[in-house]
Amino acid sequence: MNCEEAINLMDGYLDGELDPITNQEIEQHLRDCRSCEQAYEAHRALVRTIASAVPYYKAPAELRHRVQSSLRNEIGAKATHNGMRGSQVLRTRKQAERRPILSDMPWNWLGLSGLSLAAAIIFAAIIVSNLLPVLRRPGADQFLATQLIAGHVRSLMADHLTDVASSDQHTVKPWLDAKLDFAPVVVDLASDGFPLVGGRLDYLDNRPVAALVYQRRKHFINVFAWPAESGTTGTTKTMTRQGYHLLHWVHSDINYWAVSDISDNELQTFKRSFEQQIPPH
Amino acid sequence: MAAPLKAEYGFDTEDLEASAKIVKFVIPKKHQEQDAAQEHELASFEETMLPHMDAAHNLARWLLHNEQDAQDVVQEAYLRAFKSFGGFHGSNGRAWLLTIVRNTSYTLLKKNRAVDLTTPFDEEIHASGHESVSPATILEQSEDAELVREAMDELPVEFREILTLRHLEGLSYKEIADIAQLAPGTVMSRLARARARLKQGLAARINREK
Repeated sequence: MNCEEAINLMDGYLDGELDPITNQEIEQHLRDCRSCEQAYEAHRALVRTIASAVPYYKAPAELRHRVQSSLRNEIGAKATHNGMRGSQVLRTRKQAERRPILSDMPWNWLGLSGLSLAAAIIFAAIIVSNLLPVLRRPGADQFLATQLIAGHVRSLMADHLTDVASSDQHTVKPWLDAKLDFAPVVVDLASDGFPLVGGRLDYLDNRPVAALVYQRRKHFINVFAWPAESGTTGTTKTMTRQGYHLLHWVHSDINYWAVSDISDNELQTFKRSFEQQIPPH
Repeated sequence: MAAPLKAEYGFDTEDLEASAKIVKFVIPKKHQEQDAAQEHELASFEETMLPHMDAAHNLARWLLHNEQDAQDVVQEAYLRAFKSFGGFHGSNGRAWLLTIVRNTSYTLLKKNRAVDLTTPFDEEIHASGHESVSPATILEQSEDAELVREAMDELPVEFREILTLRHLEGLSYKEIADIAQLAPGTVMSRLARARARLKQGLAARINREK
């Protein structure tokens, strides 16, 4: 590979988007060519800095409400359309309000007594309640997943991401150690692109747990940690719910759950970096 | 939960005081079923798509430069997405929603400003030397978010788009190609040009401020 080719492929290399063979070729070239290597390092530093300085415009809360109510209107409009004589229904209701229905007993025309009307209402209620989507009875994992996502979302919502905001693992760890009945592992993964933001206490699975917060670009990752029953090895588990990815693993008798809206792949990468950084006993 | 019973009058008359009326109560079962199905669909749509509202808003905001337009587009995009949600079977809800946000934004851009988006960006006209600013200075200054935002705002829309998708959403080239309707092979070169232009823009601003 010559310099021109290397320069042309630099962005793809930087983004990890080249095929393995081209990747090797460019690596080889950068080892051999001092000026290309310098150009690459400068480009990489600049792109990273720029990327982290570009502001991310989060959706304001009122937009969320606006969208949700317009979606409600949308199905409301459809329902009226389907319901055909919608205006008639409305008019009939108005008329019905004008006088007390029961006192006039028009039911007798149809041979309906007050009693059978009541029966009809109960019958209707039973039918409708059966039509409603059956309430899910979540299993233990599902329930935990719901709690984990709630914990993650809450941490981003109420400006309560961290109790101790520090990118220094030696600040975060003692703080957590002092408040928990176990000593969570706190590692900094800034070199892998997941800087530590801080730590927090949370309450999950009926116990206080450590929540470590990492950042990936503008996205946050909450890692919840608490002791597992000793001897649990537990396989790695992944889940996707409500657009969030959850990743579970057990290491040295500690349960870990990572929750984020970054992609599944990135979350797996995060887990690998996390485990690699855990100091051996 | 009790169902609202719908009264249907045998005679469609306004005069309720007349004695001969047939009132029958029906259980509007069919509509209830439809309503329940719609509720269910909406719930599943919201569960899949609402978590991506920040991404949707951020992209629209960068494309349109304008908060009000961005919000309108996000609302419109969500409605469009909901209408075609039945056709969505993929797993990448964010990329799907962003495609709709992107297309809706371009429709608005075309309408508002009559921008001919097909005109290729003329590098010759816009490029200008700023050799007096060293890369180290640019690097130092580019931590200044305001400066970077201004430089980014000046870029043509297709560059703002690709930088947002790559750096703020962390999407892969494949996902970017799908969203921005680019041939997969052109993502890298466009991204490279966008970065180079942003670098130039930053250098120009640093120069001006000197």
